[in-house]
Amino acid sequence: MTGIVGYGAYLPRYRIKADLIAQQWGADPEAIKRGLQLLEKTVPGQDEDTITISVAAAKNALRRAGIRPEQIGAVYIGSESHPYAVKPSGTILIDALGIGPDVHAASYEFACKAGTEAMYVAYSLVKSGEMEYALGIGADTSQGAPGDALEYSASAGGAAFIMGQKNVVAEILHTHSYTSDTPDFWRREGESYPRHGGRFTGDPAYFKHIIGAGTALLAKSKMVPADFKYAVFHMPNGKFPQEAGKRLGFTKEQMETGWIVPWMGNTYSGSSPTALSAVLDVARPGELIFMVSFGSGAGSDGFVFRVTEQIDRVRDLAPKTRDYLDRGKIYLHYGEYAKYRRKIKLND
Amino acid sequence: MRDVVVIGAGMTRFGESWDKSIKDIFVEAALGAISDAGVDHIDSLYVGAMSPGLFVGQEHLGAVMADYLGVTPVPATHVESACASGGVAFRQAYLEVASGASEIVLAGGVEKMTDGADVTEVLASAADQEYEIYHGITFPGLYALIARAHMEKYGTTREQLAAVAVKNHRNGAKNPNAQFRSEITAEQVMNSTMVADPLRLLDCSPVSDGAAAVIVASMDVAKALKKNMVRVIASAQASDTIALHGRKDPTTLGSVVTAARKAYQMADKKPADINFAEVHDCFTIAEIVVTEDLGFFEKGKGGEAAAGGLTSLECRKIPVNTSGGLKSKGHPVGATGIAQIIELYEQLNGRAGGRQVAGARIGLAQNMGGSGASCVIHILEGK
Amino acid sequence: MITARYHREIPQRYRLEAGKCSACGHVSFPPRIVCPSCRGRKFETVKLGEEGTLLTYTVVRVASDKFSKETPFAVGIVELSDGVRITTQLADVDPDELKTGQKVRMVFRKVQEDGKAGILCYGYKAIVI
Repeated sequence: MTGIVGYGAYLPRYRIKADLIAQQWGADPEAIKRGLQLLEKTVPGQDEDTITISVAAAKNALRRAGIRPEQIGAVYIGSESHPYAVKPSGTILIDALGIGPDVHAASYEFACKAGTEAMYVAYSLVKSGEMEYALGIGADTSQGAPGDALEYSASAGGAAFIMGQKNVVAEILHTHSYTSDTPDFWRREGESYPRHGGRFTGDPAYFKHIIGAGTALLAKSKMVPADFKYAVFHMPNGKFPQEAGKRLGFTKEQMETGWIVPWMGNTYSGSSPTALSAVLDVARPGELIFMVSFGSGAGSDGFVFRVTEQIDRVRDLAPKTRDYLDRGKIYLHYGEYAKYRRKIKLND
Repeated sequence: MRDVVVIGAGMTRFGESWDKSIKDIFVEAALGAISDAGVDHIDSLYVGAMSPGLFVGQEHLGAVMADYLGVTPVPATHVESACASGGVAFRQAYLEVASGASEIVLAGGVEKMTDGADVTEVLASAADQEYEIYHGITFPGLYALIARAHMEKYGTTREQLAAVAVKNHRNGAKNPNAQFRSEITAEQVMNSTMVADPLRLLDCSPVSDGAAAVIVASMDVAKALKKNMVRVIASAQASDTIALHGRKDPTTLGSVVTAARKAYQMADKKPADINFAEVHDCFTIAEIVVTEDLGFFEKGKGGEAAAGGLTSLECRKIPVNTSGGLKSKGHPVGATGIAQIIELYEQLNGRAGGRQVAGARIGLAQNMGGSGASCVIHILEGK
Repeated sequence: MITARYHREIPQRYRLEAGKCSACGHVSFPPRIVCPSCRGRKFETVKLGEEGTLLTYTVVRVASDKFSKETPFAVGIVELSDGVRITTQLADVDPDELKTGQKVRMVFRKVQEDGKAGILCYGYKAIVI
């Protein structure tokens, strides 16, 4: 049995309401909130980045896994906002947690699905018998261009998953990846903000790949939507995942627990991973979880998880996802948000 | 060890000296001291400066000043102990004469702070670079930590801190060499810009350019020149942990307590024997803590004493910082320790004008570096 | 930030590794060659606990250029396990709500940056719990 032996999420405390972003750019707050089904989003503190978020999430995962850091054989972090263009985020996480130096590390990049990539590779190394434990993290402090639709959703946060074969909390039964050259959203080297193809990001991109991966995954696993207790999809806004789930045959109830985007925003590589973490926080032994991520460019990674009895032993060993989502929120106004996100041109 | 006498003093007016370089101001002060002393040569020179390298890119200051003062080939030494550089330079000069190695030594101090360096960052190099400054704390911040701890432990108030600044400006207004020669009110202090809670702008000594120099000599030389016998009766120095968090109690400056004990012992005097003192008021809280640690007031009562006028020029308990202190006189870092000695010297020679302490016979100068990691104390006796 | 200098401090900044004197038990952070308590020279590496108490603090409003965009920020002295005290920034706090005696936990944050192109410098900060 191979799967998740420890998991944990981290979200910053800062928030900005969609209302304030709308007011800043002269948009109608109610129309925005209705259309995107987003109310507020997380904002990283000035001293937070993908690395600090990953470290916090990984610490929670280690607490739940109950293993020593030195036992981890690989560290993969998937993000769209790695602090260094050249120097993997994992190299800093390793020293922060006391992992290594006998360890493999790499950074992954695939728009919003870099996190599930890291999870997939970590899982595969353990499944193949190459190592005992591997850590896969999805974390981001994504940047939305000022005044662009993505500014309402681009947020910060992440989740970490330690894969192993002992004391598995959620067994991975099946995976499936689906990729094609679809230029729906990208960022050229040296550019500050990504660009996207507007409505082209919908059916030809997000839906095509999620449905493609989802359908194949159901076939591979010989299961139907009704077999699952929970369904988690990449959440670029509130509407898309609900529509994707519906098209695949899942109900609102199945998606509800993981649907944290209206309050979290789109944590990009952290999106479906943090949703998965929120689901694990409440899931019961024996329940099945269906998860499909999406990364622009484009591709989807799908997973079928089965929760084990071990969940009851580890769930309370670290803060839960909703602890971070619901508690201790610090609201910013747009000027503070722009300062924190370095959208203001400084004299340097 | 032989007796050592202070026979001459000279200093620039402290303030922003845009037209003068670090060499210009030092030479000006040194020539003033040499002229006041009436000597025709010096045997060696010490120059105290905290960070000429970081402020103006110039190290090797001993050699630079010996060259520009025209006294090569005498030995010349740059002395550094952060804000106590001047006091330690004086101590080195004292020891050189006391030991018999030299007859006439110039002890000077200088700092040129306005040439464009990030002053906050340079001053911070006096603290623990890796474990205090790395985290963004500043010098006002470190003394603010002391202030908060002192206020919570002893009930020292915001008003008491302000009283120190007001008193020092009142004294400085009478000092022709002071950077700020205007009085200020407690309201102005308490409404000035917050720098590091609870310390405000007017709780902090300013950024200044300035130089000061004194000549110390043996008794024989002093007698031959018919000088007043202003003798150094104590010279003591002590160290403490570099980081404030390394101290057992942040409300006491251990280096001050240790140096004071050694100084009083050497001079065979008690705190009550001191007629007046120049102390290191880099921040208002520093003066309060130091007056306690020097034994002038019971621990915790320094604020009350300041607010009660016990350290003012008029009051006869113990006038503190008649020169205006660092706050009003200015704080060109390396020069401060020497400027303190100069105030003692002028008072003991009856030349302090409107700041004169009547019957001044024994004065104490306390100079310290960083958040108290180094401290040097001198006691001078006149007549 | 010179890279070699930063790299040497990583065990302390990232993992709070200290040195416990084998002779008298005094814990030094950062580790030292000479024990400040008994002048001993033998030590074992220990990790400081992550929780502590806020002893005193200030709110820096005028900072050096490097930290000038982050003001106002709080810095304090925290006492951790073994009585070890450290100077640290307080993260995610409203300065008006700080009080000495509050319980804090150390977290991993970015402490400074060497400009736009230099290295990122991480380390510990304290959050109020």
